Amino acid sequence: MEISLAAEKIAQIGSFKVTNSLLLSWITTILLAVLALTVSSKRNLIPSGIQNFFELIVEFLYNTVNDVIGNEKMTKKYFPLLATIFLFIVFNNWIGLLPGIGPIGINEIKEGKQILVPLFRGGNADLNTTLALAITAVIGVQVFGVAALGTAKYAKKFFNFSNPINFFVGMLELISEFSKMISFSFRLFGNIFAGEVLLMVIASLVPVIAPLPFFLLELFVGIVQALVFMMLALVFIKGATTAEAH
Amino acid sequence: MESQTGLSLEVIKTIATAITIAVGSIAPAIAIGWIGSKGLEAIGRNPEAAGKVQSSMILAIAFAEAIAIYALVIALIVKFV
Repeated sequence: MEISLAAEKIAQIGSFKVTNSLLLSWITTILLAVLALTVSSKRNLIPSGIQNFFELIVEFLYNTVNDVIGNEKMTKKYFPLLATIFLFIVFNNWIGLLPGIGPIGINEIKEGKQILVPLFRGGNADLNTTLALAITAVIGVQVFGVAALGTAKYAKKFFNFSNPINFFVGMLELISEFSKMISFSFRLFGNIFAGEVLLMVIASLVPVIAPLPFFLLELFVGIVQALVFMMLALVFIKGATTAEAH
Repeated sequence: MESQTGLSLEVIKTIATAITIAVGSIAPAIAIGWIGSKGLEAIGRNPEAAGKVQSSMILAIAFAEAIAIYALVIALIVKFV
């Protein structure tokens, strides 16, 4: 039972290492793009079938975002990034639970022993993916803040020279932006990677029937972590776009 | 360092992993229970604000749980790297 914290390389394009979780992230992206294009190609005013299902999801996400932001015009601006974050994370997590992720692999010789390098691995079980998502979300928050408040007013949140205490608080806010990046990425990575390790351990102990409740747990954790990521990004956007009320 | 007498590196790694995750989950567990209880109390006192209280409560629980996840990641790093 080989568990590796870092995603394993399966191919190389030039000097760029393609890892197994990157492959799954590509599959997720292509799947999302194909779904989006096919569902929105024929739009009926009265939805039915798969269009209905997707309208359900979009409406649920839109209402969640709208409840926190309150302003419809602002919601329309922030909704695409947040909904994409949610859908990308959820699909990545759930596709990582399909059968075949893990056992299908390439036999490689490493350190004298023959080990199996899995061809697929959950997209978010790689710290690179979650760090990329976290950096995107935090940069998105800054961009939305500057767009809503203007550069001078937004910079005043961090660089406040009115009195020493405010300056210190501003510096603390700046550092907390970086800690948000770390906490976003580690929360998602920790949950998904721990879930994978758990499933591997249970499957190696009792392969029949016992993994079932753990798969249900992983389904639940997958969607909850996506929701939490989206809602935290949403709350940070709300905080960044509101003017100081002192 | 002698690895034949006393504890070997493997054993120390395993013990460190177990202690990290065990101790690191105490505070987040207490915190989540506390947040949940205050949230439910608030909903009970003011059922109309249930939606707002619920979303803030879930957010605070996610923050508290992240600390336990940090401990878990360190435990995994100690064990597998």
